[in-house]
Amino acid sequence: MTTVSSAEHTRRDFLYIATGAVGAVGAAAALVPLIAQMNPDASTVAAGAPIEVDLAPIAEGQIVKVFWRSKPIFISHRSKKEIEEAQKVNVGTLPDPEPDSARVKQGHDPWLVVIGICTHLGCIPLAHQGEYNGFFCPCHGSAYDTSGRIRKGPAPKNLPLPPYQFVSDTKIRIG
Amino acid sequence: MSGHSTYQPQNKFLQWFEKRLPIGGLIHSSFVAYPTPRNLNYWWTFGGILSFMLGVQIITGIVLAMHYTPHVDFAFKSVEAIMRDVNYGWLLRYLHANGASMFFFAVYIHMFRGIYYGSYKEPREVLWILGVIIYLLMMATGFMGYVLVWGQMSFWAATVITNLFSAIPGIGDPIVTWLWGGYAVGNPTLNRFYSLHYLLPFAIAGVVILHVWALHVVGQNNPTGIEPKSDKDTVPFTPYATVKDGFFMVVFMILLAWFVFYLPNFMGHADNYIPANPAVTPAHIVPEWYYLPFYAILRAIPDKLMGVVALFASILILAFLPWLDTSRVRSARYRPLFKQFFWLWVVVCIGLGWLGAKPAEGIYVILSRILTVYYFAFFIVVLPLLGIFEKTKPVPNSISDAVLDGKAKA
Repeated sequence: MTTVSSAEHTRRDFLYIATGAVGAVGAAAALVPLIAQMNPDASTVAAGAPIEVDLAPIAEGQIVKVFWRSKPIFISHRSKKEIEEAQKVNVGTLPDPEPDSARVKQGHDPWLVVIGICTHLGCIPLAHQGEYNGFFCPCHGSAYDTSGRIRKGPAPKNLPLPPYQFVSDTKIRIG
Repeated sequence: MSGHSTYQPQNKFLQWFEKRLPIGGLIHSSFVAYPTPRNLNYWWTFGGILSFMLGVQIITGIVLAMHYTPHVDFAFKSVEAIMRDVNYGWLLRYLHANGASMFFFAVYIHMFRGIYYGSYKEPREVLWILGVIIYLLMMATGFMGYVLVWGQMSFWAATVITNLFSAIPGIGDPIVTWLWGGYAVGNPTLNRFYSLHYLLPFAIAGVVILHVWALHVVGQNNPTGIEPKSDKDTVPFTPYATVKDGFFMVVFMILLAWFVFYLPNFMGHADNYIPANPAVTPAHIVPEWYYLPFYAILRAIPDKLMGVVALFASILILAFLPWLDTSRVRSARYRPLFKQFFWLWVVVCIGLGWLGAKPAEGIYVILSRILTVYYFAFFIVVLPLLGIFEKTKPVPNSISDAVLDGKAKA
C-alpha cells in the first residue's frame, strides 16, 4: 500500500478519525460494567440499612462496639471528667479543629458515637488508652482524645461520626 | 545480540518442523549459542534463579488453588486443611510461602547487582524498566497471596494497604470502597484478590519474556561494565552459563529447602495463625519482611498523604535510575566513590527494613527519617553529582584484557 502524503484533509482522514472515535467510545462503554462490578453489590448495600442501638445498658465510662456497614462503631458513655477534658481543649490548637459540641448531639453530651477506624490507615484504635485517654491506634501510634479528635500521630482527621440520631433518650438509630 | 544460529537439525521431522516454526533455532540461538561475556560472576546467576522460582511459585500455587476456598468463612480453614489433611499439603504450602520470600530475596540480590555494575545504563534502560515493572507486579502478587490465608495479619495487611489509596485527595474514599467491593475488607475483597493472585504470576511471566528479549537484544552487562568487543570476550551460553546458573540454582535450592524443612514459619508471623477478626487489630502489625523498608519510609513521614507519596516514590524512583546516574562508567569496580555510596545505600535499605519491624515511636522514628533522607538523596543528589565530580579509575580495553590481566597478577 502506498501512502500519499498531502497537506489537504481527505475523506480518508475523516474516515480514520471517525472510525477511531467510534472505537474509543465502544471501548470506554465496555469499561463501565468491568469497573462498576467491583463496587459494593446490591446485597452489600441492602445489608447497610440503619440499625437501632439501645443505650440503657451502657454504664457510665463504658464503651461498646457495634457493627454498621462492616465498620465498628464506638458508643462511649462518657464520664463527667471525660466530657470536661473534651470541652476545655483550645480548639484552635487541634490538628483537625472541631469543638466537642460538634462531635455530640445537642443535649446528649455523655454520648460520643464515632466510627472506630483510625483515619490514618484503617486500624481499629484501642479504647481508653493513649496519652489523651481517648483512643490509641496501635498500628502507627495515633492518639485520639475523649471526643475522638486526633491529637497526636500520623492520622490526619478526627474519628468520623456516623450518621445517627436519637430516637428516644436511650435509643439511637445509626444510618 | 542473538547468537549466530548454526542450528541444523539432523532429524528429518525436526527439519520439516523447523521450516514451519523455527522454534528450535530460536531456543538454540538464545540459550545455546548465545554469546555471554566470559567474566560473568555468580551474581549473574540470579536471573536464572528467579525464572526458576517463578516456575516453583506457579506450580505450587496451581496445586494449592485446587484445595483452597476463597470465602471468608472457609479460607482460613481450607489453609489449615491443606496443612493437615491434604497429601503433602504442608510441603506444597511451605514451599509456596517460603518460595515467595526466597523469590524476593533473589530479586533484591538481582537488583543490587544491577545497580552495583550499572546494568541499567544505556543501552539497557528498557531492560531495567521492565525489571522494575516485574518487581511491582511481584509486590502486588505477594501482598494479595498473603491476604488469601485470611489470618489476622492477612486481614489487617489488606486493610492498611488498601487504605493507602484513601490518602488520594477527593477521590480516595470512593476508590477504596471500589477496591473492597464493600464498606470494609470482606468477602468480595478476598474473592477478587484470589482472582488477581492467580492472574498476576502469568502477567509476570509475560513481562519476564519481554525482559529476556530485551536482554538478548542489548546483551548482558558484565563485571567490567564494558561491552564485548570480539569473540575473545565471550563464551557460548551453553555449556558455560548453563552450568554456572545450574550450579548456583542448586545452592539456592539448599537455602530454600533449609527454610522449608527446618524453619518454615521463621519469616511468617504468629498472629497469622489467628483467624481474621474485623473487630480487633493486632497490637503490632508489620508487613512481610520484603516490604519492611518501604513500610519504614511510610511511617517516617508524619503526614498521611506525603507518607504514601514517599512510599510509592521510593519504588518508582528506580525506574528513573538510568537518567539519574550521570556517570559514563558503568561498573562500580572503576568508581571508587560510587562504590562507597552504594554500600552505604545497601546498609540504609537493610536498616530501613529493620526499622520497619520496630514500633513507630521514639528513636525508631527519628532513625527512619534519617535513613529515608539518605535513601532518596542517593538517587537525586549523589548519583547525578557523582557523574560530574567523581574521578573514575581507568577502564580496561576489553573484557579479555581485564580477565587476563587479573590472571597474570595472580
